[in-house]
Amino acid sequence: MALDDRKTTDFKFIGSRPDRPDGLDKVTGRAQFGADAHAPGMLHGAIVRSPHAHARIISIDTSKAEQLDGVKSVVTRADFAKDLSGEFSFVLENVMAGEKALYDGHAVAAVAASSALIARDAAKLVKVDYEILPHVTDVDAAMADDAPILNDTYADASVPSGLHPNVVRYHDSGHGDVDAGFASADLVIEDSFKTEATHQGYIEPHACLATLGNDGKGELWCTTQGHWIAQKTCAALVGIDTSQLRVTASEIGGGFGGKTTVFIEPVALALSRKANRPVKIVMNRSEVFRATGPTSSTSMDVKIGMMKDGTITAAQGIFRLQGGAFPGAPMEFSAMCAFAPYALENVKQIGYDVISNRPKQAAYRAPGAPMASFAVESVIDELCNKLGLDPIEVRLKNASREGTKASYGPRFQRIGLVETLEAAKAHPHYSAPLKPGQGRGVSCGFWFNHGGETSVSLALSEDGTCQISVGTPDIGGSRASMALMAAEVLGIDYENIRVTIADTATLGYNDVSHGSRVTYASGLATIKAAQDAVEKLCKRAAAKWGIPEDAVFWEDGCAKPSGANAGNFDPVPLAELTKDMGATGGPISGHFEATPEGAGVSFGTHIVDAEVDPETGKTAVVRYTVIQDAGKAIHPTYVEGQFQGGAAQGIGWALNEEYIYGEDGRLQNSIFLDYRVPVASDLPMIDTVIVEVPNPGHPYGVRGVGETGIVPPLAAIANAVSAAAGVRLRHLPMSPPRILRALVAQAHEG
Amino acid sequence: MKTIHVTTTVNGDTVEYLCDPRETMLDVLRDRLNLTGAKEGCGTGDCGACSVTVDDRLVCSCLMLGVEAEGKTITTVEGIADGENLHPLQKKFIEYAALQCGICTPGILVAAKSLLEKNPDPTESEVRYWLAGNLCRCTGYDKIIRAVMDTAADMREAS
Ligand code: FES
Ligand code: FES
Repeated sequence: MALDDRKTTDFKFIGSRPDRPDGLDKVTGRAQFGADAHAPGMLHGAIVRSPHAHARIISIDTSKAEQLDGVKSVVTRADFAKDLSGEFSFVLENVMAGEKALYDGHAVAAVAASSALIARDAAKLVKVDYEILPHVTDVDAAMADDAPILNDTYADASVPSGLHPNVVRYHDSGHGDVDAGFASADLVIEDSFKTEATHQGYIEPHACLATLGNDGKGELWCTTQGHWIAQKTCAALVGIDTSQLRVTASEIGGGFGGKTTVFIEPVALALSRKANRPVKIVMNRSEVFRATGPTSSTSMDVKIGMMKDGTITAAQGIFRLQGGAFPGAPMEFSAMCAFAPYALENVKQIGYDVISNRPKQAAYRAPGAPMASFAVESVIDELCNKLGLDPIEVRLKNASREGTKASYGPRFQRIGLVETLEAAKAHPHYSAPLKPGQGRGVSCGFWFNHGGETSVSLALSEDGTCQISVGTPDIGGSRASMALMAAEVLGIDYENIRVTIADTATLGYNDVSHGSRVTYASGLATIKAAQDAVEKLCKRAAAKWGIPEDAVFWEDGCAKPSGANAGNFDPVPLAELTKDMGATGGPISGHFEATPEGAGVSFGTHIVDAEVDPETGKTAVVRYTVIQDAGKAIHPTYVEGQFQGGAAQGIGWALNEEYIYGEDGRLQNSIFLDYRVPVASDLPMIDTVIVEVPNPGHPYGVRGVGETGIVPPLAAIANAVSAAAGVRLRHLPMSPPRILRALVAQAHEG
Repeated sequence: MKTIHVTTTVNGDTVEYLCDPRETMLDVLRDRLNLTGAKEGCGTGDCGACSVTVDDRLVCSCLMLGVEAEGKTITTVEGIADGENLHPLQKKFIEYAALQCGICTPGILVAAKSLLEKNPDPTESEVRYWLAGNLCRCTGYDKIIRAVMDTAADMREAS
């Protein structure tokens, strides 16, 4: 069957909205998440963490802890692999401090005991002597000449000379001549922006259960977005062969990028090896905030030139990202995504990766893009205001289209930005009247999307049903998408397909559930694996009929002869072919593995209305509409859910969420009471429009949808709040005190 | 540490356990009774993932001690369905995709059920304020609110 040529409209299953296969497990409490595992003889681990932002570790005395009744093992850095290099060495340093503690909450030792209460008591008995060092937590301060140096070996060759050693990587890209472009503009605006670090805030804290024998064989159960990367990293950190560690991904209670690396897993393995018993570690919320990946905080300068008719003549951005104590802040993504929605002749972007005494940043949904988009889209909004132009018309005028040379280099293939803008313009939200005190903001956003290493296996059973093994943890309903795509190819009912997340011992390597890759890449692999099985089914039918293989094709779940010349045979349904498969040549399965490269980029446009109370500075989001290109929505309800979830996280980031550090370098707000994510009563219903401009790189046109949804909200909300407050807000979050300060300052300026 | 003997009713069954006086009800449910449906998202009463009802009152089980359960009647997410019949809320949550990762779902179901028992005809704001103690980081709450409102409508019609 020439599946790839099929029109993307006449689907039987794709685009429908069936119940998810794991729904029952999740509404009854039966689903097993990270902390739900138990093993016979299991111990509980607890981690000792530095209370100092920057300190030399003089000595660690574990003897008191070891003597406590019930304590079975204690580990420090000495119990992990030596001489690691590159990324693994950063991960190890983060998992267990070596010579220095680099941030408040940095792990320095760990204990395992027969109960969680004993483990907690024992952790308090570990005595660590510190020599406190000067610290820095702000990105601009960390780049200043007199900033304390965290590590003078981290900077790589990309960094121009003369910068502080805390600047560890540098990025520079663009094309054209920005100076000439600015010179030809009617109006040039240049502004500076800041955003504070936010946390992914998944509701499930990190948890794992580990066994490692002194034969070097281990088992690990953990909540993760990618168990193969966990396998590889943990094996390296505890010094065993990768294949000797078998990792099973639990159900995952949210990740958003924050569960793409390891924190406690190698520690549990090391404790287990020493105690010769299974060890479970579950972080508490405060540990999650203090010692797992928030995003980077940023400091940014953006300059844009515009003609009176709205044409952008040049754009330039400088993006400084503070990414915690280790290299890796996603400043190149900030730089590359910043101007991607626009077709620009002259564009330049510079990024700085800056280390400071904060926890190592981890990916958070479209890493780096939301902040850059906030700065850029704020300046565009201001230009529109000053020139009296409609913000959607201006964006349409400059929008990237198929063939546009992207600000980050390549030419775009088929993309759907214009379609999202047209849909926004036509949406009743855009023309609805505003009440006094309200403001409306719009913004566009872009994310690359990603393919990545992918492997899927599919097995048919004798009764005509099907099992699919995929290697990407199901964070938001991807089992349903896989089953829909397989049903479409095989032509059997969705309900007859079971999708399992395979462990590392039963499937080839799979990249992490990140980069909005799962429905695209695992979906593509599922389709190809199903086609592989279909080919085999056709062969069986051909043999049965005694005709050539290529005279058989597959349609509606049946093998059929391909025309009069092939012979006159009745179609044979799948179940009939599988019923005899033992006798006609053995088991029938399908397999596919590759690194698909055709992930289509994705654009979105958001419209938001906000209301600001001038007395208190408190903001309410009163109406919100997300419009985004999904390529093809496999299960539209879950696509809408991704849009809504991204918007809600963006609202939190824009208005309320932030890491607050004290003078002492300690995190001040490490529980959900003080780090307040949006609750149900903070939000309105979130309207969605799914635009479908098929991605040429996927058989059904799918583009990833998970990440783009968090790119526009920061700017859209800032534009709405600035309109409502009558003053431009350039520092996120726009918490009540910050808004009030801006209002007071403006009143003084008169 | 001396443990204390407790007799209580969980999801209709009489259960007995020994627990450390420092253990929370959530610890007891999860570690001693093997009922891992209630989740620990925060341990400080701020996320609602551990919600259960105690004598029909909605409670964060992470804020209650295991020893306090003596003589009480406790319902967890595992006790919401009636045998193999799901509670209408459970069905609607699946139908509406009112969950993505599903970690908040047990707590939200327990809380929503307790709302509908008190107020069978809540407004959207009443649902939003009642559920304000239950964090969901995935859904943006839209589909959750719709699922609860629609369940309420169905249940009113059925009664
Ligand atoms: S765990 Fe009890 S409220 Fe969060
Ligand atoms: S569905 Fe993930 S937290 Fe609610």
